Amino acid sequence: MIRARGLVKRFGDFTAVDGIDLEVAPGEAFGFLGPNGAGKSSTMRMIGCVSTPTAGELRILDMDPVREGPSIRARLGVCPQTDNLDPDLTVFENLTTYARYFGIPRAEGRRRAAELLEFVQLTEKSGSTVEPLSGGMKRRLSIARAMINEPDLVLLDEPTTGLDPQARHLLWERLFRLKQRGVTLVLTTHYMDEAEQLCDRLVVMDAGKIVAEGSPRHLIETYSTREVVELRFGDDAPATYVEKLAGIGERLDPLPDRLLLYSADGDAAVNEVHRRGFTPSSVLVRRSTLEDVFLILTGRTLVD
Amino acid sequence: MDGTLAVFNRAIVSYRRLWQASVFSSFILPVLFVLSIGIGVGGYISGVDGVSYLDWIVPGVLASTAFQMAVGESTFPILGDFKWVRGFHAMRATPVRIADMISGYQLYIIFRVLIASVVFLGVSALFGAIHSPWVVFTPFVCALLGVAVSAPTSAFAATIENDSYFALLFRFLVIPSTLFAGVFFPVSQLPALLRPLAYASPLWHAVELCRAATLGVAPPWPVAAHVAYLLAWAGLGYLLALRAFRRRLSD
Repeated sequence: MIRARGLVKRFGDFTAVDGIDLEVAPGEAFGFLGPNGAGKSSTMRMIGCVSTPTAGELRILDMDPVREGPSIRARLGVCPQTDNLDPDLTVFENLTTYARYFGIPRAEGRRRAAELLEFVQLTEKSGSTVEPLSGGMKRRLSIARAMINEPDLVLLDEPTTGLDPQARHLLWERLFRLKQRGVTLVLTTHYMDEAEQLCDRLVVMDAGKIVAEGSPRHLIETYSTREVVELRFGDDAPATYVEKLAGIGERLDPLPDRLLLYSADGDAAVNEVHRRGFTPSSVLVRRSTLEDVFLILTGRTLVD
Repeated sequence: MDGTLAVFNRAIVSYRRLWQASVFSSFILPVLFVLSIGIGVGGYISGVDGVSYLDWIVPGVLASTAFQMAVGESTFPILGDFKWVRGFHAMRATPVRIADMISGYQLYIIFRVLIASVVFLGVSALFGAIHSPWVVFTPFVCALLGVAVSAPTSAFAATIENDSYFALLFRFLVIPSTLFAGVFFPVSQLPALLRPLAYASPLWHAVELCRAATLGVAPPWPVAAHVAYLLAWAGLGYLLALRAFRRRLSD
């Protein structure tokens, strides 16, 4: 579906995407994970054929995005990061006017619009204008709109950013159904739980480069440990315990409020902490998540 | 062509929702102008070039209505579709080409101008201000004027970031044109030095063509010259819009 080799995007002196290679297979749910400014959206825009690569090779649906942009876009569904629905039109009209951009005949457009509103559970809102809808409803409508041309490849740029938990879960569930239907999904996110929920495979981007690639499980196994122990020591600074606990687990990571202890066996690590005579005020043993991988790979410095 | 029609369709669907907002400026205001200035002021004037002031002013108000509508509809709506609504960005993700976005919107401008012209002519006919069958060409003159000013205005709207530039556009181009391009008095009344400014305005050419058609007389320049001048604005404006839209939508 997508093949990139040494893909580069520069804006003047700034290199947004710095030579990335990737391959997305049909039916796959593929994620770009990374902090703000990592180059995810720039990459998505090149895949969506609205931004021209500065260098490198890019093939979408086995076509050249520079020369065959319209033919590629005819088979893409794009759900942008900032909603660009028509606020004065009704929910239904948003879909039917958009259908026409793809040359879909009126009657067929209406049929698909009704079906898609059913799919994203907005049938009741069909005749309402978009303006008063909640953020979650607008995002669902954007996704429905992206499906109007029955695309082979759907691009979702931060699909759940800014939504409340209920809205996020409903959206995930709908996206999961799309995946089950065999639609290829490519999404960007900086939510680890989203990537774990939805992606078969993902790349972690940082400063325009791919720093890790694999399935969520694989990334956790490679870059983190099976379990993580979170230790708190009352009012003491966690950093002061790094030396005292050295050698327990595979690595120690002091945060301002707690100490993370990466270990294959969390309970054994906790026993060792007690054996050395320390009594943390709270102990939490949990499974390692993508968030741990992400923080290990991209660091803790705020990007913006 | 499909893409152009799809863009036109979207503009029409929006218009169907919001048409009430423009009723006053499109239909009522021009009639009020004719009543107050044509009949009110006209009562004190014996006439211009041998015709009553009402008959003389009707084609001018017709063209200036088209002019103001075409400029107005190409300012905030175009900038808005880049900045706030981002409708052009939505189209950009589909097979619709940038040329379709401009052509489709110009088609909508033509549609709006044609409807407003026909309604205005109907009202004018009731006042007995139409004197020649050539009047049937005036809606097309207005449509051409519409594109001649809407296309470059769209280019301008696609270039700026801040809507306060529109105030300058109206203050220094649209209002002076309306006042001095032969709508309310003949350009020959202007000092000779200022006349070329009136001739430069596309509005003057459309006013003269419309006036010739409603009165059944020959326009000051050959018809082909007036039409060619308007076509040049339309063509150049289209190219400028294409360039401005491309710059804004591609990187």
